[in-house]
Amino acid sequence: MSNIKHVIVIGATSTIAQATSRLYASEGSSFYLVGRNSARLAAVADDLRARGARQCDVHAADMNGFREFEGLLESARKRLGQIDLLLIAHGTLPDQKRCQSNVDYAIAEFDTNAISIMGLLTVFANAMEEQGRGTITVISSVAGDRGRQSNYLYGAAKGAVSIFLQGLRNRLAGKGVQVITIKPGFVDTPMTRDFRKGLLWVGPDVIARGIYGAVNKGKDVVYLPWFWWGIMLIIRSIPEFIFKRMKL
Amino acid sequence: MSLDKTKSRSCLFESWGRGCQHNGHLHRPVWRDAIATPQAGWLVVGQGRSYGDVCINNDGDLVCSEGLDRLSQFDHASGVICAEAGLTLDNLLRLTIPHGWFLPVTPGTKYVSLGGALANDVHGKNHHRAGTFGCHVRRFELLRSDGTRLQCSPNENKDYYSATIGGLGLTGFITWIELQLMPVSSSWLESESLRFNCLEEFLDISRQSDRDWTYTVAWVDSLARGRQLGRGVFFRANHMDDGDCRLHGRPGFLRVPFDMPGFTLNAPGMRAFSSMYFNLPRGSGLKPVHYDPFFYPLDVVANWNRLYGKRGFFQYQCVVPYESADVVIPYILEMSARQDQGSFLSVLKVFGNLPSPGLLSFPRKGVTIALDLRNLGDATLNMMQQFDEEVMAVGGAVYPAKDARMSARAFRQFFPQWQTLEVLRDPQVMSGFWKRVSCDE
Repeated sequence: MSNIKHVIVIGATSTIAQATSRLYASEGSSFYLVGRNSARLAAVADDLRARGARQCDVHAADMNGFREFEGLLESARKRLGQIDLLLIAHGTLPDQKRCQSNVDYAIAEFDTNAISIMGLLTVFANAMEEQGRGTITVISSVAGDRGRQSNYLYGAAKGAVSIFLQGLRNRLAGKGVQVITIKPGFVDTPMTRDFRKGLLWVGPDVIARGIYGAVNKGKDVVYLPWFWWGIMLIIRSIPEFIFKRMKL
Repeated sequence: MSLDKTKSRSCLFESWGRGCQHNGHLHRPVWRDAIATPQAGWLVVGQGRSYGDVCINNDGDLVCSEGLDRLSQFDHASGVICAEAGLTLDNLLRLTIPHGWFLPVTPGTKYVSLGGALANDVHGKNHHRAGTFGCHVRRFELLRSDGTRLQCSPNENKDYYSATIGGLGLTGFITWIELQLMPVSSSWLESESLRFNCLEEFLDISRQSDRDWTYTVAWVDSLARGRQLGRGVFFRANHMDDGDCRLHGRPGFLRVPFDMPGFTLNAPGMRAFSSMYFNLPRGSGLKPVHYDPFFYPLDVVANWNRLYGKRGFFQYQCVVPYESADVVIPYILEMSARQDQGSFLSVLKVFGNLPSPGLLSFPRKGVTIALDLRNLGDATLNMMQQFDEEVMAVGGAVYPAKDARMSARAFRQFFPQWQTLEVLRDPQVMSGFWKRVSCDE
């Protein structure tokens, strides 16, 4: 059992968010779920209620170009009272080729995967600092650890989020608020539907249990599964003059 | 499931018996409002635990229900649960056991989906008491290729209700299912095992036990010959009421990491195993057993089907009328023992007479036997063909969920209602099995 009773999930219909929410639902937590599609949010809310959630409120909103952060915070706080866990899990996987030829597309993708998260964090972090407790957990990615030709717009967005979280963690250390950066490797979800799956791929349940454990233990930066820590250590340590010639 | 993520797209999926491969696309919807029903033809697959080709469609795509595993309702008071069809029994039990609800009928593995359990109208060790899985399905939704969504129950769309229960997925995509669970006050069963030396003894014990025991099943030594033919061990159990509702664990690390060489499960080895298993000191009286090892002993080893090597295996399960059991079952046992084809997994059970709402439901009053048979090519196929003839002669049936080879002639005799299902079949849906048994040669 954790002591997480009030959970806000942004991107609540994402597979990883659903799997994580289920773990807290079974402990009777209350939820404020934010996602794009209200019918799907309702399906997720029904699922969490049937699995034991005390209460589920849904809020349909698209994080692309979203700026109503204050309003979102207010309505969430009105329903939940306090925030024990803010889980930010929304995101897209941009088509890198298209990002290279379509500026509007690239900027919109960067907005979804970085700007909206920074906006959310700015507003919610202040509220959580004020309440003097709680956990902020954001799903970043191993892709943010180093830029690669195959998806550097996504990598740049995730890298920006990781560094933003690093700063926020530094600011909130000692203020009672835990800030956790989750860096999953390859996860078999609808976002990665078209990929050939190899040995390093895991299911969303594995990531969910990793997030749950990280929140319980009050971790800072967590690679999921753990072996990605080693893989990324190697990848980060390759000298740039070699790395730039690699097909990655 | 046997969805192998390391394999290339051209061979994504094989059935549990390993004899049937799917070479087309695999769709994996995760939302009820966005289920692909490809125009080119398709078939739904759940966890892929069917042994043969009822979950294979090489004329089109497979649509996997795995991502549809949400609950929409679980009433702790009445035990009615409504969930998307991809939810596995494994995950369902994790949710319901703590509230004192168990599956009313469960097959021998918990790694099957609700949709698969419905589409194959699975049965369990309590068939004599509870009938089939379909007997406990209150309602479900069926999505047809033309986009129609039919709510099916004993009162609405009755024809689709009965055609879909045991309908092998051919009537469309089952999106959600409402199931009546069974109340239990413990995760434990008190179980007893009794040795029997021949089929008559088995039938006697079964007759006596079916009155007072919820679960009855027997392991039979399929390699024993001569005087030992038909010997085995009878298991019977009832739910306990000690209030200990502990869950089963997460899947362990035991798995078969690669295809074992074909000779791994060879006859002398299995004969030694069977003899040892039969003679194992069992003591007397009741022993408490958790539901997990009692119902799902093989779930301990992931991919146990790899033990049978690359060529895989067949499972043969038939039911024969009670009066003919003493002829057909010894015949099957003797033939498989003589050809060294028996295996350590051979099961006997007496079915009760509770009717299923399913049109093509397999279980019916009589005695059922299930055997795993290593694939030795024609020898195995011919032997099963001979079994079919015997089963046909006495008016029995062979279980489609486990079949990969029965002839159209045999199937049509076992399931004369098949044409009604053919009429209600979704025109875009086809399976390897259905093509084999329904299309005119």
